[in-house]
Amino acid sequence: MSTSPAKEVGTTEPDLLYSEAEADLRAAVRDLLGDRADLQATLAGMEAGDPYDPALWQALAAGMGAAGLLVPEKLGGQGASHREAAVVLEELGRAMAPAPYLTSSVIATETLLALAGQAGPEGAATAELLAETAAGRTVTVLALPLSASPGAEPPTGPAVTAVADARLADVLLVYRPDGLYAVRRADAQLTPQLALDLTRPLATVAIAGGTSGTRLAGTGTARAAVQRGLLTGAGLLASEQLGIAEWCLEETVRYTRERHQFNRPVGSFQALKHRMARLWLEVVNARAAARNAADALATGSDDVALAVSVAQAFCSRAAVHAAEECVQLHAGIGMTWEHPAHLYLKRAKSDELALGTPGRHKELLAALADLPAPR
Amino acid sequence: MTDAHELRSRTREFLAARPPAGTDRADFLKARFDAGLAWVHYPPGLGGLGAPRTLQAVVDAELAAAGAPDNDPRRIMIGLGMAAPTILAYGTEEQKRRFLRPLWTGEEVWCQLFSEPGAGSDLAALGTRAVRDGDDWVVTGQKVWTSSAHIARWAILIARTDPDAPKHRGITYFVCDMTDPGVEVRPLRQITGEAEFNEVFLTGVRIPDAYRIGAVGEGWKVAQTTLMNERVTIGGMRLPREGGMIGLAAATWRERPELRTHELHRRLLDLWVDAEVARLTAERLRQQLAAGQPGPEGSGTKLVFARLNQEISSLELELRGEEGLLYDDWTMRRPEQVDFTGRDIGYRYLRTKGNSIEGGTSEVLLNIVAERVLGLPAEPRTDKDVAWKDLAR
Repeated sequence: MSTSPAKEVGTTEPDLLYSEAEADLRAAVRDLLGDRADLQATLAGMEAGDPYDPALWQALAAGMGAAGLLVPEKLGGQGASHREAAVVLEELGRAMAPAPYLTSSVIATETLLALAGQAGPEGAATAELLAETAAGRTVTVLALPLSASPGAEPPTGPAVTAVADARLADVLLVYRPDGLYAVRRADAQLTPQLALDLTRPLATVAIAGGTSGTRLAGTGTARAAVQRGLLTGAGLLASEQLGIAEWCLEETVRYTRERHQFNRPVGSFQALKHRMARLWLEVVNARAAARNAADALATGSDDVALAVSVAQAFCSRAAVHAAEECVQLHAGIGMTWEHPAHLYLKRAKSDELALGTPGRHKELLAALADLPAPR
Repeated sequence: MTDAHELRSRTREFLAARPPAGTDRADFLKARFDAGLAWVHYPPGLGGLGAPRTLQAVVDAELAAAGAPDNDPRRIMIGLGMAAPTILAYGTEEQKRRFLRPLWTGEEVWCQLFSEPGAGSDLAALGTRAVRDGDDWVVTGQKVWTSSAHIARWAILIARTDPDAPKHRGITYFVCDMTDPGVEVRPLRQITGEAEFNEVFLTGVRIPDAYRIGAVGEGWKVAQTTLMNERVTIGGMRLPREGGMIGLAAATWRERPELRTHELHRRLLDLWVDAEVARLTAERLRQQLAAGQPGPEGSGTKLVFARLNQEISSLELELRGEEGLLYDDWTMRRPEQVDFTGRDIGYRYLRTKGNSIEGGTSEVLLNIVAERVLGLPAEPRTDKDVAWKDLAR
């Protein structure tokens, strides 16, 4: 067992709990979403082709300062950490509120943060965009497919497909072989794509010939920054997935306690109870995995890549399983358009593909944990 | 009120008065009990100081640093983990004074006479009878799955004292003297070939009424304290990454590249992720308990580890290929504790089958999670208001 890569666990044990400040933040976000993010309204918006509620986004991003949680105060943000941003994502997952939080406030923001501190015009442009994004005045989106995984070279073609939240973006971060560029949305050509998950719309982004945008970084710096954005996105996506799984379990428990068949609440049948109890175990485990990833990102732990891939491999599966059980245990009503279960299933399945599938993250883990594949 | 600082100085004073190197082990442990440093959350005079439970770690760290002898927690686990909290909660003053000190020092080993051949998961259906005879009770029946019965001095016992009452109400809780001539202990050979457990036959065993714990007919309530403590024991552990059974499988994978296949690789990575997440969940539970925010998460830990241990050992047996066809030792032995790492993978595969049965089957624990944690309605029951003697058996 001398070859074990297991680190000595000691003083650096991650903090897996929620602090009081985090609990307060959760309560505030939940209140806001409870008042403003109505699932029926989301459904109606979706059908009209526009699921976003700009007023809700303003209240969350600017009003509550949620857009700037990851950004230090001196760069125009709130100076909080990934732990707090994770709490916001848990609540957004629970409420299924369409908002460009993961894309703008996490992935793009973290990409820009990795570039902060450069000298010259590139540094100045980055700092300005970062401050605008952190204040919630500008929505910034990294123009890469939502399925792009950390640890892989992202595509650099002239047109990029399956870019999430591009339609709401003011600025697109465009990754090219020679660096990273900020392009105003007006200078890009957006073609909406019909998405599996209508609450997180997708588009193809093409930049017209001759439009270069503002250069933010050269090749090497840009690649590292994009990797950082994708890694952070993957790590915090686990918290959104946790929120999805929690809602699906709670709603299923509530429904099966009330729904009667054979003169009994269906939730009293052992076959169903065991399925919900197993789901609860998965949710409890998903919470530990998601908190661990958020804490590793917040503390800059050496373990961060492993923590993120563990969380993605586990929480992706847990969210999909919870959403699938939610549909099945709701039975007929779960298959309808009017019941919100399908919104959670579509989001959960799309999230499973987002930022690296569980299989992709297990490949990463095979290397990180020294468990090589057969030759 | 005792704080960590005061407890540390108290422990150091104790160590100065009795240097571990020059003190007999048994004398040291007795003195430690008398100084209130055995389990600090117990009352003064009973091995404790009435301090918060979490402060025990302060004492243990000081003692370990000084190389002090410990009571052997493995050999006396049932006494420490189950008998002691029950006696503390429900015992008389005489019972607490008589039993707790030798229990804690390990001079007297305890076992648990609860399960019966016909009453496993349905524990309250037990049929061992206790009949009042003057100042004594006369006990007759059979118990099973009793670890340590062959070395135990005392047992906690539940027996039926009123067959006419519904099954949960006619039970009484006793301390049973294992040296009584009516107690017969037979090894129960298991699937692994060894006998960790025993069958215990009770024939006219005489128990003085002074050894009854709690009121007559209230034994089920008392037993709940014992059972709750049984399930809590895993909660406070701190595991390093790959600290459980996954570490053994991962080591085999690394050391034996010629055994690797793609199918096993996929399963190994799945289980590695699950094991790492289970470790984080146990760590999160530990942090919750330390912060004084106990949640219901503890009810799930045993369920997850039971499944993982079984799947990981099953995978590792397959990984071994030809060697997996062999077994290390079928000798009928009577180990005092389970030893997973000292035996081969075949043993682990077989022994982990018990993880989803002992201490509550996974099916029963899932019901408990569903009803007590999620608040789902119970299945209709036909046994609650029927006299025990009229139940189908």
